[in-house]
Amino acid sequence: MAAVVFFPLAALLVILALTVVLHPDPVKSALALVGTLFLLAVFFVFLSAEVVAALQVIVYAGAIMVLFLFVIMLLNPGAERSERRGPVAGTVVGGLALVLAWQTGWLAAGGKIGAEGLRPERGYGGVFALARSLFTDFLLPFELTSVLLLVAIVGAVVLAKRRLS
Amino acid sequence: MLAEYIPVLVTFLVAGLVGLVMVLGSRLFGTRARGRIKMRPFECGNPPSGPARQRFPVKFYLVAIFFIAFDLEIVFMYPWAVIFRELGIFGLIEMFLFIAVLTLGLVYVWRKGALEWES
Amino acid sequence: MAELAIAAAKSLFAVISALGVTAVLLWIERKGSALIHDRIGANRAAIVGLLPFNLGFVNTLLADPIKLFTKEDFVPEGADRTLHALAPFLALVPVLVVFAAIPFGDVLRIGTREINLQAASLDIGLLYILAMVSLSVYGIVLGGWASNNRWALLGGIRGSALMISYELAMGLAIVAVVMTYGTLDLQAICRAQGELLFGVIPSWGVVYQPLGFLILLIAGMVESKRVPFDQPEGESEIVAGYFTEYSGSKQAAFMFTDFAEIVVVSALVTTLFFGGWQVPYLHVSGFVLPGGLTLALPHLVVAALQVASYLVKVLFFCSLQILVRWTLPRYRYDQVMALGWKRLLPLALINVVATALVVVGWGG
Repeated sequence: MAAVVFFPLAALLVILALTVVLHPDPVKSALALVGTLFLLAVFFVFLSAEVVAALQVIVYAGAIMVLFLFVIMLLNPGAERSERRGPVAGTVVGGLALVLAWQTGWLAAGGKIGAEGLRPERGYGGVFALARSLFTDFLLPFELTSVLLLVAIVGAVVLAKRRLS
Repeated sequence: MLAEYIPVLVTFLVAGLVGLVMVLGSRLFGTRARGRIKMRPFECGNPPSGPARQRFPVKFYLVAIFFIAFDLEIVFMYPWAVIFRELGIFGLIEMFLFIAVLTLGLVYVWRKGALEWES
Repeated sequence: MAELAIAAAKSLFAVISALGVTAVLLWIERKGSALIHDRIGANRAAIVGLLPFNLGFVNTLLADPIKLFTKEDFVPEGADRTLHALAPFLALVPVLVVFAAIPFGDVLRIGTREINLQAASLDIGLLYILAMVSLSVYGIVLGGWASNNRWALLGGIRGSALMISYELAMGLAIVAVVMTYGTLDLQAICRAQGELLFGVIPSWGVVYQPLGFLILLIAGMVESKRVPFDQPEGESEIVAGYFTEYSGSKQAAFMFTDFAEIVVVSALVTTLFFGGWQVPYLHVSGFVLPGGLTLALPHLVVAALQVASYLVKVLFFCSLQILVRWTLPRYRYDQVMALGWKRLLPLALINVVATALVVVGWGG
């Protein structure tokens, strides 16, 4: 049942991800990235991680990508000129892709990956389970995040200050 | 749990269909009358005065950055809001610390005048 | 299989009722603004011979769509055709799918089958809605960017900056609601609002979170980009903002999105602060008044009353927003940004902190 939805979306995800890399127009590239991030959230739902899925959309697709688009529009770079890259770069990238595909296939064939028989316990990926571990076991990283965000805010103001004053 | 998302999928399909009809509607049923001047971008009747996609003020970029920082702050507050009763005073202190640090950021931004649009 | 059919029926009902309320709203807008302006308003379209009188309703339900769908599909020179077509789609879809998570009634019992009157009963319903709302920015940015028009770009950028700014206050107002009820499940929030406070007052969210209600309503009105927050499309400054270069059904999609957003905000306000489908003193078996008076009602009547109560409340808040639109003048852009960042955001933060102190101090 789930496979009927999974495989078409997986194919779409791969196409969108390739569009991000290959499309010459940066706005469309960024838009394809929004689509990729959204579909990744759908796959988080398949993995029973619904809170992570929602947060993925809110933070990545809904906030960070807006900034990306703003920056692209701010700079207005225009379409990228397709420049021929040397045969070395093509060989290296193609080779790496082949190695990755072979490895994944090998692992899948050997039964090393796949979630057959794995059933998440009740409430796994839900908001209560996530909150309990975040606010007890991962308290320090959580608090440090606030400092990180503060640094980002201050950094942005300092960088833009010359324009503002 | 996945079963609960089947209606979501159906809703997406229905909404997508509605969207598709709205986007293609005029292309299918609309009239067509082309003219060279008509196709120009609209600038209140004047000929377009140069390319439309110009650079815009850096302030909008700042708004987007501040939005990300505070949006992340709020994202952390949802799971906390669900269980803060069972965390008690301890949970209160940890979240207040977190909020305090970011409020510092808001005060800094405010004092630096980065929220002013008049200048 | 029956489960699937029920799921599909509920999703269809959610989307179609949203579309229906939006269509009614278009009519309320036209007739309401006429009432405020002391005009007659939409009265021309009529089904000749079928009805003895002109229904204003015919305008918005039949005449307007037919008119808009037969207009030319205009794309200006130098515009990006793909993005130009994609933008109205990306504006409309995220708004419509929000309705999947909003409960429009309690459990409906038919025979032995229990149907939860909510298209998708998600444990994280509120997060789902916030996620979809956060995606609704793209239609506006892209519409502005793709059009190759200065007004459109200005409108698109103004609009997106405005929407993301008010998303913060909106999110914080919702955090305070989540703290009050301790869940992200909208159906659970609705059920919790069925209790009585001191045995008399229905414990609707607005009783606990009056400030949260105001913040959510204001921030929501900004999201729908109407006067007094219509800087993204202010016609006296930037023609029509991000949809300056749109015509026909694509323009209708943008207009429809604005109206659907009004419905989304009203539905959210109703669900979170005004009991959702709850009718005061109405229980599973009928009315139980505080004095001890009871009035037993069959299950189907109770369910119908609850769905009706939800729809009436939603329409009330839609009308309220339209009333505000035709009453107040527009803000200046710097004023509306200042309101978001310097007033609503700090207020919403204080609201969260105060809620936390009260709940934990109460020993909750």
